[in-house]
Amino acid sequence: MQEMFKILFSVILIDNLVLSRFLGVCSFLGLTKDLKNSMGMSIAVVFVMLLSTAVTYPIYAYLLDPYGLGYLQTVVFILVIAATVQVLEAIIRKAMPPLYQAMGIFLPLITTNCAILGVMLINIQESYSFVNAIMSSLGAGLGYTLAMFLFAGVREKLETSDIPDSLKGLPSTLIAASILSVSFMGFSGVIENLFG
Amino acid sequence: MAKNKKSLSYELIKGVVKENPLFVLVLGTCPALAVTTSASNGLGMGIAFTFVLIMSNVVISALRKVIPDSVRIPAYITIIASLVTIVEFLLKAYAPELDQSLGIFIPLITVNCIILGRAEAFANRNGVLASIMDAIGMGLGYTLALLLMGGLREILGFGTFFGINMPWIREGGLRPIGILALPAGGFAVFGVLVALFNKMNHRWYSRKPDSVMERSNYPGSISARTDAPFISAESASSGSEAVAISGRSVPASMTEPGERSLSPGERE
Repeated sequence: MQEMFKILFSVILIDNLVLSRFLGVCSFLGLTKDLKNSMGMSIAVVFVMLLSTAVTYPIYAYLLDPYGLGYLQTVVFILVIAATVQVLEAIIRKAMPPLYQAMGIFLPLITTNCAILGVMLINIQESYSFVNAIMSSLGAGLGYTLAMFLFAGVREKLETSDIPDSLKGLPSTLIAASILSVSFMGFSGVIENLFG
Repeated sequence: MAKNKKSLSYELIKGVVKENPLFVLVLGTCPALAVTTSASNGLGMGIAFTFVLIMSNVVISALRKVIPDSVRIPAYITIIASLVTIVEFLLKAYAPELDQSLGIFIPLITVNCIILGRAEAFANRNGVLASIMDAIGMGLGYTLALLLMGGLREILGFGTFFGINMPWIREGGLRPIGILALPAGGFAVFGVLVALFNKMNHRWYSRKPDSVMERSNYPGSISARTDAPFISAESASSGSEAVAISGRSVPASMTEPGERSLSPGERE
C-alpha cells in the first residue's frame, strides 16, 4: 500500500513526466496556450495512459516475456496504443458525447505522443507489479495534468508581458518552462521523508 | 509541396539551417531535451535517429504505390517501429554504454514526429533518391542540433567536452554551472538556441518565399506554431465526425490554408 502511494506521488512531483522526464513536451508546449485545450488533452492522456497500461502490461507479462519476445515491445505497444485510441474514441463518441467534445479532437494526436509509449516502457523497465504499473501510469497522467495546468497559467501571464523581439513566442515559453522545472526540483527529498 | 522539382543538393542542405527540424520546425523536442546532457549522447542519438530516418524514408518511398492510402499511418508506424527495433539491437550489441545512457529514448524514436512527418510530407510523394537526400539532410540537421545542445550543456554544466576536461572551466577560474545539466537547464538552453535560430533565419531567409514549410504535413506534431488550428478546433469539434487514425490522421482543421503562409521570417 505504502509503495503504491510512494510511486504515485514521486511520479507526480519528482519524476514529473514533462518537467523532469521530458515526455510529452510537444503537446506541453503546443497546447498550453489556453486552459481549455490543455485540460482536454490532459483528460485524454490520463484515459489513454491508464487503458493502454491495462492492456500492454498483461501482453508483455504473459505473451512476450515468457516466450523471449521482449524485443517486440516497441512494435506491439505502439500498435496497442493506436488500437486503444481508436476504440476509446468510438466508445466515448457513442456513450459520452460531452466528454467527447472536450477531448475528442486530441485523441488521434495521442498515438504519436511520446508520453504514452514512454510510460509503458518505463513500467516494463522498472519491473513494476500490475497494480504499481497502473499507479505509475495514473501518477504520470496526473503529473502531466498538473504541469499543463500550471503552465497554462504561466503562459497567460507571459502573453501580456513585454519581451525582446527574438525571444517572443517559443523561446520565452521554453525559458518559463525551465523556471517551472526548477520549482519542481524543490520537491526532491519530500517523498523520502513522507514515506520513508 | 515538391510539385516543382528541386535539386537533390537543395533537399540535402535545407535541413541544416533553413528547415532545421529541431530549432526551426520545433519537432522531436522530447529526446532533444532529455538526452543532450553530454555531447556524446547527443551525437549518438542523432546518428541512431538519422539511421532510422534514412531507412524509413527509403522503405516508405519504395512502397508508396503499394500502401493503400487509408491505412498508411498504421503501416508507416509499423515500418518505423521495426526499424527502431533493429537500431536497438545494433546499439545493444556494439555500443552498450550509449544504449544505457539513452535508455527509453531509443524506442521512443518510433513516436518522434519528424520521422512520421517526413514520411507523410516527403517520402510518400517523392522518389527513393530524393527521399534519401531529404532524410540525410534532416538527419544531419537534427544531429548537429543535438550535438550543439549536448556540447553546450556539457561544457557549461560539467566543464567537459566528449568527456575531455575543458582548459579554463575546471582548473581555471570558471566553475561549471551545474543547473544546465539538469532538466531545467535543458529547457533554458533550448529556448536560447531557438531564439538564435529565429534571428538567423530572419536575417538570411526573410526575403525568400520558398522558405515556407508546410507544417500541416506533420501528423501529430503539436508545437508552438501549430497551435493556431487548435483554437479553431474548438468550434469544429462540436459537430465534426471522428478523425480516424487510419484515415486522415490530421484533423481537418489542421490543414487550413492560412497555416502554411507563416514563413520563418515573420513572427507573431
